[in-house]
Amino acid sequence: MSDVNVEASHPAATAGGADATEPDKPFGPVAAAFIAAGVGVFVLGLLTTLAEASKGFADSLNFRDPVGPLSGKTILAVAAWLVAWVVLHVALRRREVSPRAVYLVTALLVALGLLLTFPTFFDQFAPE
Amino acid sequence: MHLTDRETWTVIHGMVFGAIFLLAFGGGLAGLYSLRPGLVTEQGIVERTRRLILGTWVMAGVAWATVITGTWIVYPWYRDAAVTSAKSRLLANPDTARWHTFGMEWKEHVAWIAPMLATAVAFGVTYYGRNLIKHQGLRKALMVMFVVAFAAAGVAGIFGAFINKVAPIK
Repeated sequence: MSDVNVEASHPAATAGGADATEPDKPFGPVAAAFIAAGVGVFVLGLLTTLAEASKGFADSLNFRDPVGPLSGKTILAVAAWLVAWVVLHVALRRREVSPRAVYLVTALLVALGLLLTFPTFFDQFAPE
Repeated sequence: MHLTDRETWTVIHGMVFGAIFLLAFGGGLAGLYSLRPGLVTEQGIVERTRRLILGTWVMAGVAWATVITGTWIVYPWYRDAAVTSAKSRLLANPDTARWHTFGMEWKEHVAWIAPMLATAVAFGVTYYGRNLIKHQGLRKALMVMFVVAFAAAGVAGIFGAFINKVAPIK
């Protein structure tokens, strides 16, 4: 997915609307936000499937009894998302990174997370 | 026309927060879609960007409110060990068990994907602001992420509605 600035010459994309005088911001912070979201989704999926595979692991995720293992899954997934976002933002905030690579990595992480949270998939790992 | 506390929270979770997110999606997607140089004037960019920033952050906030109220308030009532709980009633009948083993098991996890993706969208829109129109590739990526967030919330919403129909939380 190209992010080439081909439309900047259009009048509506410059004067008054988009700011032609302001130097373009590095893509790094957005890359960090994207990848961090992917990390959060993936971690949620991973914890879900691991909890299905092991009752002991599921019990360890029971941070709050009325909620059960879902409490640990969601807290750890959100924590992973936030930590990844902070770390990646610090690392990439002044850098230009390939948007295509970022989109690919994000898509892969989200796709895996979606798969790992799908019951028909994670049920395969349930003990007999 | 009385609602119990549990029914009230279930309504707040699903029909208020959840519905706001799903209904606002159309406006947000249209806003992102139309942010193209050929479709908007200079003033249009300013006006739409302001609305897009506000709208995407409201949607992210509402998505968080939906999953937090769902997981930490409503879900404990659903999965209570009592035989009268919604989960117990669903599992007690082979004809309704799949509403839990598939429906709720999917819903309770996939829903959390929506706020993380929605927040990334809101950040991307805010970061570039009026200059987002110069980054058409990113605009498309934001739309894709937005749609995935909507789909995740949609799955959770649909199963929540059906499960609450079959086994209401009382």
